Amino acid sequence: MKIKSQRDFWSGLMFVVIGVAFAWASTNYSFGSSARPGAAYFPFWLGVLLAILGSMVLFKALTIESEGGDPIGAVAWRPLLIIVAAIVMFGLALPRLGMAVTLPLLVTISSLAGDEFHWKDALINSVVLTIGSWVIFIWGLKLIIPLWPVFLTAGA
Amino acid sequence: MDLLNNLALGFGVAFTLQNLMYAFGGAMLGTLIGVLPGLGPVATIAMLLPSIYALDATPALIMLAGIYYGAQYGGSTTAILINVPGESSSVVTAIDGYQMARQGRAGAALAAAGLGSFFAGCVGTIIIAAFAPPLTELAFKFGPAEYFSLMVLGLIGAVVLASGSLVKAISMILLGLLLGQINTDVISGTPRFSFDIPELTDGIGFVVIAMGIFGFGEIIANLGQPAENREVFTKDVKGLWPTKQDFMEAWPSVLRGTALGSILGVLPGGGALLASFASYTLEKKIVKNPRIPFGKGAIQGVAGPESANNAGAQTSFIPMLTLGIPPNAVMALMVGAMTIKGIQPGPQVMTSNPELFWGLIASMWVGNAMLIILNLPLIGMWIKLLTVPYRFLFPAIVTFCCIGTYTLNNNSFDVFMTALFALIGYAFYKLSCEPAPLLLGFILGPMMEENLRRALLLSRGDWSTFMTRPLSAGLLIAAFLMVVIVMLPSIKNKREEAFQDAD
Repeated sequence: MKIKSQRDFWSGLMFVVIGVAFAWASTNYSFGSSARPGAAYFPFWLGVLLAILGSMVLFKALTIESEGGDPIGAVAWRPLLIIVAAIVMFGLALPRLGMAVTLPLLVTISSLAGDEFHWKDALINSVVLTIGSWVIFIWGLKLIIPLWPVFLTAGA
Repeated sequence: MDLLNNLALGFGVAFTLQNLMYAFGGAMLGTLIGVLPGLGPVATIAMLLPSIYALDATPALIMLAGIYYGAQYGGSTTAILINVPGESSSVVTAIDGYQMARQGRAGAALAAAGLGSFFAGCVGTIIIAAFAPPLTELAFKFGPAEYFSLMVLGLIGAVVLASGSLVKAISMILLGLLLGQINTDVISGTPRFSFDIPELTDGIGFVVIAMGIFGFGEIIANLGQPAENREVFTKDVKGLWPTKQDFMEAWPSVLRGTALGSILGVLPGGGALLASFASYTLEKKIVKNPRIPFGKGAIQGVAGPESANNAGAQTSFIPMLTLGIPPNAVMALMVGAMTIKGIQPGPQVMTSNPELFWGLIASMWVGNAMLIILNLPLIGMWIKLLTVPYRFLFPAIVTFCCIGTYTLNNNSFDVFMTALFALIGYAFYKLSCEPAPLLLGFILGPMMEENLRRALLLSRGDWSTFMTRPLSAGLLIAAFLMVVIVMLPSIKNKREEAFQDAD
C-alpha cells in the first residue's frame, strides 16, 4: 500500500490515535446511561467519533491520488527547538531569577532561531524589551512579576 | 425608544475619559501588532490578552474590542501595502489593493478601506443595538437541547466556509472538544484526563492554547520559511485622499458591502471572512465595466470587501453577546476573556450587566471612529514599522507571549503547557490542519457537554428530544444541510475556485 498524501496520512493517524486514547482513557470514569450520563459519556463518544473521522482521512490518504504526494516538507528543527527551549527556560528561570535576568536571556536565546544573529542586535533588543516589559507590565499594568533574582531580594 | 435609551446608556459608559482611553489604547495596540506581517486578529488578541488582566470587566472588553478592530484594520494595511494579508478576511483586499499601491494609489486604497470600514462599523453598531434585545428574548426560550443543537450548528457553520478538507476541519473541532474535556466533571466532580497533575484538574487555559498554537506556532512556521523579498511602497504613499472619481466609484460598493457583511456576519461561522469573499464576488458581478478592471487595481475591489468584512466583524458580536456562543475564533477569545473577568457570556449579560453590554456596543462605534483618527494620519508611521526587520520583531513577540502566559496564574505551569502547544501548533501547520476550529471546539466543549447531559436528563435518556423539539430540530437540520451542500460536487468545485481566486 502506498501513501498518496503524506499530510493527510499523518493527520488521519493522529486523529485516530488521539480519539482512541481519549475513548479508552474515559473507561476509567463512570459511563452512566443515556438517562443519567456520567463523566465518561461525552468524551467517550467524542473519542469514537474522532477515530472514525480520522480513519476516513486515513482512507482518503491511501486511496485518492494527490499532487506530488502532498509531502510534509522539511521540519524547521532549528527555530522549533530553539523557541520551545527558550519558552521552557523562561518558565524555569522567571520565578527564580526575575525579569531583569530572564528577559535578556529569553531574547538572546530566541534570537538564535532567526537566519541572522548579531550580538549587537540581540543586546539592543534585550535592553529595549526588558525595559519596555517593565514599563508595560510591572509599572503600567501593576502585574505581580518578580523583577530581581530571589537571592538578591531574599535578604531585604 | 428603548433603542435610544439603551444607546444613550452605552455612550454614557463609552464616553467616560477612562473608557475612551482604553478604546483608543486598544485600537492603537491592535493596529501596531496587526500591521506586523503574518499576525492576524486571533494572534494579536491572544498576545495582547495580558494587557487586560488588571482591568475591570467593562474597560477590559472595550479595550479588547478596540484591539480587534485595530488588528483587523492593520491586516488590511499590510494587504494593501506589501501584499501580505494579516488575516484571511483581508486576502481579497490584497488583490486590488496591492495593485493600487503599485500604481502609487496606496493612499486612495487605504482611505477607501478606512472610510468604508467606518461606515460599515456605524451601520453594524446600529444593527447590533436593534437586534440584540429581541434575540436575547428568544435566547431565554432556549432549553439545553436547543443550546446543544445551536452549538452543533455554530461549529459546523464555522468549518464549512473554511478552506481545505471538511473532514479534517471537523476532526479538529472534535479534537478541540476533547481537549476541553480535560477538567473536573461539573456534574460528578470527577477529575478527568488529568494524569494526577493538579493544575490540569481546572482544565487547560484557553490562553495557553491560543498563544501556543497561534502565537508561537506561527513564529516557528514563519522562521522556517526563507525570508521573502518584501516590497514596500513607502515613498509613494502621498496624497492620502481619493479623488472625486474614486469616491463616486467606491460608495455604491461600500453600501453593498455593508449590507452583505451585516447579514453574513450574524450567521454562525460567517463573520468577516465569508463577508469579504462574497462581497468581492458580488462586486465583480455587478460592476460590469469598471474603469480599472478587477485584479488590476479597481477601487471597488477594495471598498466593497473591506466594508463587508468590517460589517461582518461587527455583527458577529451578536451571537456572542446574546447567546454566549462564539461564531468564530476571535469571538471565542472574547468569550474566554469574559470568563476570565468572571462574566458568564449569555443572554443574561444584557440584564445583569447593562453597562457592560451597552457600553461595549457603543465602544464599537467609538473604536471605529478611533481607527479613522488613528490610521489616516499615521499611515506613514505604520509603513515605517513594516521596515523593522523580523529578527527584531519575533523576539519581542516571544517575550510578550511568555510574560502573558506566566501572568495568567503567576505560575510556570502554563508557560510549559504553552511550549507544548507551540510544538503541537507547528505539527498542525505541517499537516495543514487548520487550528481555528480547534479553539472554537475547545471553548464550546464544556458548554456542549453540560447542555447535552442536561437535555438527556430531562428527556430521560431519549435522544429523539433533539429532533422532536422544533427549534432544536430546525437547527440540527440546518447544520446537516450545510454539510450536504458543501459536499455537493458542483458547490465543492465552486468553493475551491473561490479560495483559489484569492491566492
